[in-house]
Amino acid sequence: MTDSDTPGQTKERPGPQSKYDYKNGPPPLDINMKWCKACNICIALCPKEVFEPNRDGKPIIARPENCTQCTICWVHCPDLAITSNYK
Amino acid sequence: MAQKERVLVMGNQACVLGAIYAGLRFYAGYPITPSTEVAEGCARELPKISGRFIQMEDEIGSIAAVIGASISGLKSMTATSGPGYSLMVENIGYAYMTETPIVIINVQRGGPSTGLPTKVSQSDTMQAQWGTHGDNTAIAVAPSTIYETFTETVRAFNLAERFRTPVTILLDEVIGHSRQVVMLPEPGELKVTNRVKPTCSPEEFEAFAMTPNLVSPMPAYGDGYRYVCTGLTHDPRGFTTNRPDEIAPKLYKLRHKIVDYKDEIMLLRDEHMDDAEVAFISYGSVSRAALQATDIVRKAGFKVGTVQLFTVWPFPDKEIAELCRNCRKVIVGELNMGQIINEVRRVLPPDIEVHALQRYDGEILTPMQLVEKLEEVL
Amino acid sequence: MTIVTNVTKDKEKQKSDVILKYLRPHKAMPTVWCAGCGNGIVMTAIIRAIDNLGLSKDEVVMVSGIGCSSRMPIYLDFNALHTTHGRALGFATGVKFARPELKVIVITGDGDALAIGGNHFIHACRRNIDITTILINNNIYGMTGGQGSPTTPAHSFSTTTPYGNAEKQFDPCCLAQAAGASFVGRGTVYHTPQLENLITQAIQHRGFSLVEVISNCHTYYGRLNKLGDAVNMLNDFKDRSVPLAKAQKMSPEDLKGKYVIGLLHKDDKTEFCDVYDEVMAKVKGGK
Repeated sequence: MTDSDTPGQTKERPGPQSKYDYKNGPPPLDINMKWCKACNICIALCPKEVFEPNRDGKPIIARPENCTQCTICWVHCPDLAITSNYK
Repeated sequence: MAQKERVLVMGNQACVLGAIYAGLRFYAGYPITPSTEVAEGCARELPKISGRFIQMEDEIGSIAAVIGASISGLKSMTATSGPGYSLMVENIGYAYMTETPIVIINVQRGGPSTGLPTKVSQSDTMQAQWGTHGDNTAIAVAPSTIYETFTETVRAFNLAERFRTPVTILLDEVIGHSRQVVMLPEPGELKVTNRVKPTCSPEEFEAFAMTPNLVSPMPAYGDGYRYVCTGLTHDPRGFTTNRPDEIAPKLYKLRHKIVDYKDEIMLLRDEHMDDAEVAFISYGSVSRAALQATDIVRKAGFKVGTVQLFTVWPFPDKEIAELCRNCRKVIVGELNMGQIINEVRRVLPPDIEVHALQRYDGEILTPMQLVEKLEEVL
Repeated sequence: MTIVTNVTKDKEKQKSDVILKYLRPHKAMPTVWCAGCGNGIVMTAIIRAIDNLGLSKDEVVMVSGIGCSSRMPIYLDFNALHTTHGRALGFATGVKFARPELKVIVITGDGDALAIGGNHFIHACRRNIDITTILINNNIYGMTGGQGSPTTPAHSFSTTTPYGNAEKQFDPCCLAQAAGASFVGRGTVYHTPQLENLITQAIQHRGFSLVEVISNCHTYYGRLNKLGDAVNMLNDFKDRSVPLAKAQKMSPEDLKGKYVIGLLHKDDKTEFCDVYDEVMAKVKGGK
């Protein structure tokens, strides 16, 4: 049995699957690709179409400028895979 | 030095006094004849010592509450009879799997089913070991007098705490409901055992750690050890497992923590066994008749002995084989259609004849009946 | 280009990190639940509620029975007691009554609490013992593969009602209120802020608190009844939910098939452990 991740540790940033351009600073949300099960809830419920599914069905941040930190994505994520980067 | 307290109590009440002596602080139960006096006694006595008593909605709720209370840190017990024990067996299995110390008193009455609520039997002996599903190793004790009910209750709690396991007290209805004068032991006179608590840090703690004696330290809730307690088969940390190399060790632990230390659990009493050619083997109320019958027959010149089992489960293989080694014949007296006799047959060599004296009409075996059986057998 | 966030600084927004600290160390993630299962949504709402109240991890005991929802305590860093099917409230009563200073939260499901556990459910309500029960209602027995439960709607399909369910449903909230529970609320896995709020209030409430959560089992109930995937079912909950204030003005016909959500009932009946202590204080030598 392998641990997918240890809670509390810094998660990996979305890697090559992401469209996100880090020149503009950190993304509004961090997505834990190991915990995400591609259920599509965040992508479907986001009122601003911030996400797009990657080839595995998991969300990547396509339109970060749209994110208003409304919290709908991470309060509905069943796998604790989204955390807000809002400080 | 204070005078020893002298009380006239029935067996059920002696059980309450023994439990409180051993540290009982939580009782959850459901009324069922002939055990109800245990519940009523605890309802009266526990509040006086800041203990908790609750009458639950059924036996299943009762055993669940008892296990929950024990896991949270209190010594707990419940009392019932055959039909109630049948309802409880699933959760007793949960206590086996989670290694939770609890005491269950089965004031045995006639069965099966509703049977004979006010008449005696010993027909739940096998159920005390085999009632619940799965491989489990039971501890069961059987007192035969009111004083022994007190001391065996204390011993039951001690065994439960020492081995982190459920312990059943097989109390025959006639003992539960008959009265004798007893001199109560003073505080400190009888040993009282408490569960071993962990001393390591919460990060190092494993809820079901494989210690040298296979009994893991058990914290109370709030001590800082937030472990997972589950009835699913689990690894030493308490997490559920499907791996064969974790399943077998867990089941091995549940058995061997008890059978490897049988010496701490065995308690028998033997009279005149040194030169006995014929022996009575019995437990509970039958043993009182057996002792008397042995005396009568010895005076008549026959070499008869008696063995009384206080520990019924695990069955005292070694002790019975040793005590009866010079006997030609053995009579097993029981108030059922033959339960512990199967264990006796298993343990004794084939050249020792094993005879059955069984009564299953709701009445006790009398000394004269044992004497008559002996005449028949000799 | 900087990230435009035109919302005010709000402590709420930072909760997403805080909930991670309540996960049990060494317990492998992701969870065993299906992708999109509402159980995970309820779990995060519960964590946020407990964090809102500032409870210490050692004082919380999470008791569950058997079923998909009952797997929840194993993932969380509280005292976890995963018991036998239907008996969570029996065990929880023992824990709470033995150690009244602990906060006991029961996680159960529609089958676990209302079928096999029905008797313990109504008596825990009757006693009004200070236990918070989160009943995750997905209208099916998910763990065992999709059999009907006491809340499977009439004419619905399940593996044991393959031609349509001939039985009627329990309403757990009505049942709890009639049996004596002093706090009864219903939420859904769509309306998560309300759910978090209800659970926070339920834990704070001194007495038996029931929060029924309408949740999605798209793997069995949804698939067998052609209700779509997790997103479809969540949107369906949104469409079919009616807040209590509005529901009180609607007729029974209009309310058919709707979920009435919010705080449905609250009173200040005396709590069992409190009354016991009061009565026992009169006994010589008692607390």
